[in-house]
Amino acid sequence: MNHGFFERNSFILLFGILIVVAIGGAVEIAPLFWVNGTIEKVSGMRPYTPLELAGRDIYVREGCYLCHSQMIRSLRDEVERYGHYSLAAESMYDHPFQWGSERTGPDLARVGGKYSDEWQRAHLADPRSVVPESIMPPYAFLEKTPLDYRDIADVMRANKAVGVPYTKEQIDAAVADLRAQADPNADGVDDFRKRYPKAQVRDFDGNPNQITEADALIAYLQMLGTLVDFKTYHADAPENRR
Amino acid sequence: MSKPDIDHVSGTETTGHEWDGIRELNTPLPRWWVGLFYLCIIWAIGYWIVMPAWPGITGYTHGILNRSQRDVVTAEVDALKAARHARETELAHASLQQIQSNPDLLQFAMAAGRTTFADNCAACHGAGGQGGHGYPNLNDDVWLWGGTLADIEHTITVGVRSTDPNTRQSQMPAFGRDGILKPEQIDDLTEYVVHISGRAANAPAVARAAKLFADNCAACHGPAGKGNQEMGAPNLTDNDWLYGPTRADIRDQIWNGRGGVMPTWAGRLSPEEIKALAVYVHSMGGGE
Amino acid sequence: MKRKTSAMTTATDLPSPLRFDLALFPALLALGFIAALIEVARSPDPAMVVQAWTFMACMGGIGIFYLATYAGGLPREERTGYATNVIKAGVVASMFWGIAGMLVGVIIALQLSFPNLFYFPDLPWTNFGRLRPLHTSAVIFAFGGNVLIATSFYVVQRTCKARLFGGSLPWFVFWGYNTFIVLAGTGYLLGVTQAREYAEPEWYADLWLTIVWVGYLATFLGTIVKRKEPHIYVANWFFLAFIATIAVLHIVNNLALPVSLLETKSVSLFSGVQDALIQWWYGHNAVGFFLTAGFLGIMYYFVPKRADRPVYSYRLSIVHFWTLIFIYIWAGPHHLLYTALPDWAQTLGMTFSVILWMPSWGGMINGLMTLSGAWDKLRTDPVLRMLVVSVAFYGMSTFEGPVMSVRTVNALSHYTNWTIGHVHSGALGWVGYVSFGALYCLVPWLWNKKKLYSNALVEWHFWVSTLGIVLYITSMWVAGIMQGLMWRAYNDYGFLEYSFVETVQAMHPYYVIRTIGGLLYLGGVLIMAYNLWRTVRSSETAATEPAVAPLAALEAAQ
Ligand code: HEC
Ligand code: HEC
Ligand code: HEC
Ligand code: HEM
Ligand code: HEM
Ligand SMILES: [Ca+2]
Ligand SMILES: [Ca+2]
Ligand SMILES: [Cu+2]
Repeated sequence: MNHGFFERNSFILLFGILIVVAIGGAVEIAPLFWVNGTIEKVSGMRPYTPLELAGRDIYVREGCYLCHSQMIRSLRDEVERYGHYSLAAESMYDHPFQWGSERTGPDLARVGGKYSDEWQRAHLADPRSVVPESIMPPYAFLEKTPLDYRDIADVMRANKAVGVPYTKEQIDAAVADLRAQADPNADGVDDFRKRYPKAQVRDFDGNPNQITEADALIAYLQMLGTLVDFKTYHADAPENRR
Repeated sequence: MSKPDIDHVSGTETTGHEWDGIRELNTPLPRWWVGLFYLCIIWAIGYWIVMPAWPGITGYTHGILNRSQRDVVTAEVDALKAARHARETELAHASLQQIQSNPDLLQFAMAAGRTTFADNCAACHGAGGQGGHGYPNLNDDVWLWGGTLADIEHTITVGVRSTDPNTRQSQMPAFGRDGILKPEQIDDLTEYVVHISGRAANAPAVARAAKLFADNCAACHGPAGKGNQEMGAPNLTDNDWLYGPTRADIRDQIWNGRGGVMPTWAGRLSPEEIKALAVYVHSMGGGE
Repeated sequence: MKRKTSAMTTATDLPSPLRFDLALFPALLALGFIAALIEVARSPDPAMVVQAWTFMACMGGIGIFYLATYAGGLPREERTGYATNVIKAGVVASMFWGIAGMLVGVIIALQLSFPNLFYFPDLPWTNFGRLRPLHTSAVIFAFGGNVLIATSFYVVQRTCKARLFGGSLPWFVFWGYNTFIVLAGTGYLLGVTQAREYAEPEWYADLWLTIVWVGYLATFLGTIVKRKEPHIYVANWFFLAFIATIAVLHIVNNLALPVSLLETKSVSLFSGVQDALIQWWYGHNAVGFFLTAGFLGIMYYFVPKRADRPVYSYRLSIVHFWTLIFIYIWAGPHHLLYTALPDWAQTLGMTFSVILWMPSWGGMINGLMTLSGAWDKLRTDPVLRMLVVSVAFYGMSTFEGPVMSVRTVNALSHYTNWTIGHVHSGALGWVGYVSFGALYCLVPWLWNKKKLYSNALVEWHFWVSTLGIVLYITSMWVAGIMQGLMWRAYNDYGFLEYSFVETVQAMHPYYVIRTIGGLLYLGGVLIMAYNLWRTVRSSETAATEPAVAPLAALEAAQ
């Protein structure tokens, strides 16, 4: 074909470009929405509690994903260091995903339960106080800043609109649930536990008088990697192969 | 393009166009370039034939090899575990004497323990196990919960005040915060603890506190304050402190009754790894 | 200079108050201003309020600019020939953002090297996590973007023999784009981010950029449409592919639902694995179309122009253009190898990345071989040398890229500083140098000067920054490979050899060397800024017309 056709007609050149660049993305991305097994069937995954969700927003806000991955690759050393390789199912409620692309700090996909809240607090406020070799930034302001959760129900509503299966009850009780999770003595703890079975209820920041950003972030960190029940997950089942 | 326009430097024909003084030569495609391009494409096609590659309606082409990286990594980890298995079982059943008298087994345990400790425990207990404020030193011979191999293994497995249902558990009351004792009484008790740890203290206060101590503290720390490993209650007469030696530290602990959390490692680490860790910790210097 | 002939009367020639664009853009600015005013008044989100104030200030500033420029009738420039003022503004903005972005690069490099000195526990906005996107956006979008706008506006006019389309539209594009940059950058400091690498700005900034980008496409395409050359020059194919594809990528990757119209926060339309692939389809092609296609457009004009030689091969231009843009799009999954992305998609990403090698090198060959017959100029003209070295770096990083896309190599390199080394060999060597070369050409041409203030200073810039690049990329390669090897090292008994913190410790010397490299590179840019400033201020006006005659003269000759 004579290339002059494109060189003489600006719009044809433009459409040519648009068609050529549309193909690759379409073939790779679209099937992820329908090919069976792309997201594994697992038990235990649940949408984040309001407090965890608020913590996740802080994680995003502070750019933790720029140093920490949340994606254990299917490689021997990673599985041995961090635990079971990450499943697609584990991030299915992550809008947006937090897999990361650098590992200046260690992977956090399964950090939940690895340390105590108190350690997390000390480490966030001054990482070098507990890990002298660390190059992580200090986030001392988190435990001094009250959490702003006025919009938490809206955040959940937006998540629901894009596919996270929050119930109406969960959204209506968002603020109460958020408070209940951070205070084991609160009235709503039992209701909260019903709505989010197995969620951890504690005063995460060690300051019972206030719900701070540290409460939310630590609640989020302590949940990471603890949801999927790997006892019921069969890695060698055909639908879980890749 | 009536008359061919030749570039005199290269002797090559140009396309005859000119934009702002820029012309283009009509040089053919470099052959090595075309060759390498085809080579890459052929290699890619070969790869698609043997590996999972093209998506379809419900599935994708699995390729001749029908390979799955998840299978591969599972197999690799299994192979590694198999290679370690013999020594691991040996280690799991070995007594302290057996381990200490078998250099190969000891080295194996140390090799297993070193990185596991550094990746999981050092954050609290320090890279050398030297501990930190609120986190016990693991290389001295002072133990909250016992320093035998079995004690250590159990502590690591269930943790202390952890989420494990069998966790080691004991909670010193917050005598001040919860209003059990009056501030003056706590001041006296502070002097008392300073006294029994062998330091100079305010004698009248110590005298006033003797009964208080017997009534409130001895249940856990023992009548002489020598501690009780059953309850993880520290010895108060040595000069080894979890929360610090100063009067302020001691008063703070009586006031708040803090208890640190040591996570459970049962789910995260395998029993073999925990055993190796116990040997590693035991050999740090203070093992009984 | 005389007015254009009536036969070519366009909207551009109408007296100012009647011109469509002079009603449209001020109206847009006013709308933006009002929207921001509503946010200020109603938003419960403090970050949004700050962003809205910032936006209002920008809208107000641009409004005043419009008044100052057009209130007294059409400025002389718009009646006489090529648009140059907007390009001059682009050059100044490029230098400004380049220095700012690289300074932030040095700061974050220092933070990783000396965490005790450069972190501030109670100042959230100084966090590494907030400054890093500031760096990447400032160098790629603010510096690179302004270079692209300036050069594409310059090149398209000269190679089409037509004034920029749209009257004041180019100005709107320039100011609108820089407003986006300010909004994005200040947003990061406030913690406003979508956590999508290279697309961090939130929904309202994305929306604004979409409007501006449509304007950019209209300016560029409109100029091509009214060209007086029968054929479209190859540089413009690349610029057009860059502008059009970035529009598509930007819109799809930023599909998100705002939590509320009065808040900064939004949630991505997609989640998990789909979201990851969409993000890296975007991320990779931001490299492919912003940092590659766009800058290839620059290369295709400035290298032949400066070397005064014809482009090496027209056929190669055609083949490598179409294969490059077709194949680039497929390569995104090489950012997700061994992750939870299904293996089939990983295979496609890897294989297409390898196929991409030759289309990429097509551009390198065309750039380098254009020098044949003019190699001797490299000795005397440091500007040309910079341009040529940039093409060599382009060749190097597009060889390294396919290598890193091979699964087994990526198993080692992913997550490590090797990626950072690769990025900066492309960023400092290719993007940086080709931009510097173009700016060194443009300043004397635009300001009508005989030559640069000092060639010796260009030499200094060249050598200082080359040393900087060498320190930066070699340290990161060594660091990255070491990191990868340490993570996977096993001892004799079959257990991991190193803990994670030990690998963090091992990085320290390399982080320090990288910082020194970055400082040198920044030093080079400061030398350049001084040189350009002295050039602009010099009184040695070019005796004849600048390298390219203004439009009016060309038209008169026709
Ligand atoms: C500059 C890079 C950097 C940033 C940004 C960063 N970290 Fe870290 N992080 C590190 C490094 C390095 C380590 C390993 C040393 C240590 O434990 O401090 C680490 C360790 C951690 C650990 C312990 C993980 C483990 O398994 O030992 C947690 C939890 C953590 N970071 C959370 C966060 C959170 C939450 C944020 C954001 C608020 C964050 N980090 C931001 C570098 C970073
Ligand atoms: C989150 C912090 C944390 C981590 C991580 C941690 N520990 Fe501990 N560990 C503690 C605390 C706190 C105690 C003291 C508990 C108490 O006060 O009774 C403790 C106690 C112990 C004891 C008992 C000491 C004694 O005097 O009886 C041993 C042994 C021990 N840890 C070993 C380990 C090992 C091995 C690991 C890693 C697998 C580990 N710890 C990880 C916090 C931690
Ligand atoms: C129910 C048991 C219990 C009682 C009663 C109790 N303690 Fe304790 N005490 C503990 C435990 C357990 C710890 C260790 C906390 C930890 O491991 O984090 C401790 C720690 C301490 C420490 C800190 C030791 C160090 O190494 O830093 C002091 C001081 C102390 N107790 C004093 C007292 C005094 C004085 C009283 C009485 C007023 C008292 N305790 C009553 C269980 C008890
Ligand atoms: C043939 C061309 C290229 C290929 C195949 C390629 C391939 C790759 C690969 C495999 C990675 C690492 C992904 C990972 O492991 O996380 C990467 C990262 C990167 N490359 Fe390239 N590369 C190419 C050219 C370039 C060029 C010319 C630049 C210009 C600056 C560039 C900029 C980047 C950037 C910015 C990243 C980092 C992305 C991130 O944030 O993780 N690449 N590239
Ligand atoms: C003075 C010069 C520069 C210095 C000191 C510098 C420093 C840095 C540092 C420290 C990082 C973070 C690396 C990490 O997280 O480990 C970074 C990331 C990055 N820089 Fe630069 N930089 C410089 C110039 C540039 C330029 C000119 C560009 C682009 C044109 C650029 C593009 C990037 C990109 C794309 C990343 C992100 C890489 C990734 O996520 O993989 N940098 N830079
Ligand atoms: Ca990155
Ligand atoms: Ca965005
Ligand atoms: Cu890429």
